[in-house]
Amino acid sequence: MSKQHNAVIGVPRRRVDGRAKVTGQTRFADDLVLPRMLYCKLLRSSVPHARIARLDVSRARACPGVHLVLTGADLPIPYGILPVSQDEHPLCIDRVRFVGDPVAAVVARDDLAATEALDLIDVEYEPLRTIADPLESLAYPEPRIHDYGDEGNVHKKVSLAFGDVEAALAGADRVFEDVFFFQGNTHLPIEQHASLATKDPDGKLVIWSSTQTPHYLHRALAKALDLPPAHIRVVAAPNGGGFGGKSDPFNHEVVVAKAALMLDRPVKICLTREEVFYCHRGRHPVLMKFRTGVKHDGTLTGVHLQTLLDGGAYGSYGVASTFYTGALQTVTYHIPAYHFQGCRTFTNKPPCGPKRGHGTPQSRFGQEVQLDKIAEALHLDPADLRLRIVEQPDTLTANYLRVGTIGLAECIRRVVAASDWTNKHRKLGRGRGVGLACSSYLSGAGLPIYWNDMPHSGVQLKLDRSGGVTAFCGATEIGQGSDDVLVACVAEVLGVEPFDIRAVTGDTDLTPVDLGSYSSRVTLMMGNAAIQAAERARDLLAQAVSRKLDVPVTRLVFAGRRVFDAEAPDKGMTFQEAVCAAEAAFGTIGTVGSYTPPTSAAKFKGGGVGPSPTYSYTAAVVEVEVDETTGWVTVPRVWIGHDIGRALNPTLVRGQVEGSVYMGLGEALMEEQAFRRLPARLSGALVHKFPSILEYKSLTSLDMPEVFTELIEHPDPAGPFGAKEVGQGPLLPIMPALANAVYDAVGVRIDEVPVTPDKILKALEAVREGKPGRYGPASFPDIAWPEPLRVPPPWEGGDGRAVNDTSRRKKPAAAGADKETVVRS
Amino acid sequence: MTDDQPAPRAEARITLRLNGEPTRVTFAAYKTLLEVLREDLGLPGTKHGCELGECGACAVLIDGQPVLSCLVLGVECDGRAVTTVEGLTRDGRLDALQEAFADLGGAQCGYCTPGILLTARALLDRVGTPTREQIREALSGNLCRCTGYQQIFEAVEAAIQGAPESGNVVNRRIRIVSDGKRGGDRLRADGASASAAEARRDPDRAEARAPGALKNVEARHE
Repeated sequence: MSKQHNAVIGVPRRRVDGRAKVTGQTRFADDLVLPRMLYCKLLRSSVPHARIARLDVSRARACPGVHLVLTGADLPIPYGILPVSQDEHPLCIDRVRFVGDPVAAVVARDDLAATEALDLIDVEYEPLRTIADPLESLAYPEPRIHDYGDEGNVHKKVSLAFGDVEAALAGADRVFEDVFFFQGNTHLPIEQHASLATKDPDGKLVIWSSTQTPHYLHRALAKALDLPPAHIRVVAAPNGGGFGGKSDPFNHEVVVAKAALMLDRPVKICLTREEVFYCHRGRHPVLMKFRTGVKHDGTLTGVHLQTLLDGGAYGSYGVASTFYTGALQTVTYHIPAYHFQGCRTFTNKPPCGPKRGHGTPQSRFGQEVQLDKIAEALHLDPADLRLRIVEQPDTLTANYLRVGTIGLAECIRRVVAASDWTNKHRKLGRGRGVGLACSSYLSGAGLPIYWNDMPHSGVQLKLDRSGGVTAFCGATEIGQGSDDVLVACVAEVLGVEPFDIRAVTGDTDLTPVDLGSYSSRVTLMMGNAAIQAAERARDLLAQAVSRKLDVPVTRLVFAGRRVFDAEAPDKGMTFQEAVCAAEAAFGTIGTVGSYTPPTSAAKFKGGGVGPSPTYSYTAAVVEVEVDETTGWVTVPRVWIGHDIGRALNPTLVRGQVEGSVYMGLGEALMEEQAFRRLPARLSGALVHKFPSILEYKSLTSLDMPEVFTELIEHPDPAGPFGAKEVGQGPLLPIMPALANAVYDAVGVRIDEVPVTPDKILKALEAVREGKPGRYGPASFPDIAWPEPLRVPPPWEGGDGRAVNDTSRRKKPAAAGADKETVVRS
Repeated sequence: MTDDQPAPRAEARITLRLNGEPTRVTFAAYKTLLEVLREDLGLPGTKHGCELGECGACAVLIDGQPVLSCLVLGVECDGRAVTTVEGLTRDGRLDALQEAFADLGGAQCGYCTPGILLTARALLDRVGTPTREQIREALSGNLCRCTGYQQIFEAVEAAIQGAPESGNVVNRRIRIVSDGKRGGDRLRADGASASAAEARRDPDRAEARAPGALKNVEARHE
């Protein structure tokens, strides 16, 4: 088939679901109503850590209008997003682990009746010591919050050594040692989580839910309800914002499913805003320490990174989050020797999990602020320093991540030019400053959540004599434009308009599996599957048209809703006629496409976190004005350059970039999921400081700076039409760029996120007292780290395996043979 | 569990002008306008994000003024004119704001969108040609977690002069640097470090990028 200029891809366009969204016709989960529908409310623990001594629901059961009361005994099977952390129950069985942990569920005729009945449930708690933060987790192994995990209240400890870091630091001209803290924050989607479950007329379970991961919810429901998955249908309603917060299977989803099955009536739940704060799964608070060796010219000799994560009360994605705090440093900058140690602890707070950037923003903040300090100490411009150490394309990193295209240097040059960096940095005068930072991110996790060797994304196409095309995919529309990517890829290949295509997505009965909207995987994985399915359909149509017109297949063009001869454009037929010809020649037309990521080069335990088909890159310059009397930070402008590979729909790409800048500034300046202890007379419980939108501060339209977006397009062979991710990467450089800008403005280092006025004032006060102008954690605790897995980097003859992991290296001779293969191929 | 019905709750009955049409509705007297719209009038276009007056998602117009419908009781709306997102579309045509928001990325997840559209409609009706600062001020009570607001501001501005032509919009602020070739930086000009970089190159990956292997990709692009 002949080449044609892109008609859809790369053109700024109204998204396919744009009309539905602006007319209020998008049906979110809580907008759904079914006849005879009942309402569910959860009774949540009022104490952070306790045994349930007595639970009596008899008064609630007897309450008029109440149809059902469930307790933990009704749902005994545990579940969890990761196979290694099946530690959640839909309703607590004998122990509550944080304020907000659900204890019982009431299903009643309406919302109010259910709420009133909650007051009639009698619970007696036997309090246990509350573990408030990771230092307490380390200090108090008992009482254990969970009876699994590495030890005491430590959930997971990892140690990975790629080369000899101590030797690398010894060989450096300077070694920089810094400790940073990144406070936790939450997703705050404006849509509160909602779910509606019912028994369909055949007697099978159906659930509509605000979920980013219908496939994983499907698996969790099958397990927790002990039902064959084929008898469960999960429909992901469009999400009113996700950002990672709707990626876990949730207790309320299991509860309404169970209630609907028991009552044979539709049961709905919609969480209150306060409950959304308890669902959380947001950014882990992370304390971290970087030891970095550098040469005088800025070259890095080695990095030793330690992270300590506050995991909250359950596992969630936490094991992956832990590895992610150390995974991507090497993808951004060349690090010849790298040692990563990470530790996640359980605490009696809402569970942390994946939020936009999943585990990587915290250590990205530390690394980029430290680089700013290094640049100053070496008398280098921070942009120049980064240009010297940017990782090279087509590289296998120290920790065996395959990096393909890298547009980071171009991103840096672009933001430096656009922001007039050289005339601003250290030159704006007291109170004003600019800061620069960079980042990289996955375009989809290379491995699924549970081990399997099936595709990560599947697309089916149905074409028929109407000329209509329907595209089916399990991908989930969470606002990012997933449906638009699906339709755009198919429309481009088939030469029709996006409006000609209907997208059916996120429905486990109707659509092939896609793993979900997380890890920035949808555009790349679904897009590639969609292109494959569309090319197969195009080939069928081309064969039929070729016979009919007597034109070789290679000369046929699909464009403008027509199929025609490239050499005689008048000779052709409409797209609809082409489908009819194909249907006549081959029968019913349906095609499929699949995408499976390339295998990882990392063969060591823990190497499954970090690999991706390709990585996106971002550089940002943030400008600030700091009021030294109040500590108040104003951000007038942000310049951001993003290596997108290819912008499929630039309007949506820009929205993702600017939305990331917005959310990053919220994290940088004000957003915090903080807790406090009630006074002793009020139980001393650990409670959420402010579970409300009013008190959990986020940027409003008045706070948002002007953002100048530059998209760097270098199509990546791994991406659909060359596209990389854009949903998460552009958030990452914002927090460190802001902290670096504050330093440029007033000369104090805030080594902690968020950068709030009180911290700036304290650091300025310290300067006046002759102390170092810094606010941040003083030290990193001593942790009994396990023996590191030693993985020699590729340039030291490594093969991606650990040399000291006896469980994985049983035949040294065979492993040696593998090594040779890798080097030669 | 019981089949007994709970004690009846007081009911209210009001008549209002809803999206231009005279409407009568009966509902439990404690309900907010938000609940009456969504639950008793079958208009789920109006959203809720907090039910405490904090997020702005539930904004509607009462007699042309933007209000948070979660903070207004249904019984307060007797005899008033209420406009929801469903009422922005008139005579089969979208409002200029709706066209602009759809075209210019003003709506991502779309959940805050109805409230923002109505707040912006009130602004345009009142001011006519608002400045960027007036738009920022007017929308400061409507939280959006997706867009970063900038495309919202531009969509409101685009709606001032009438809707832009659908599907034919140039996004003025996006600057795309594109050479259509595969990406990669070659930074190190000096022989030593360039060869060091070369030594680290992943042979599998480099081979996959040989010109022949790229054919399919390039065909898609051109």
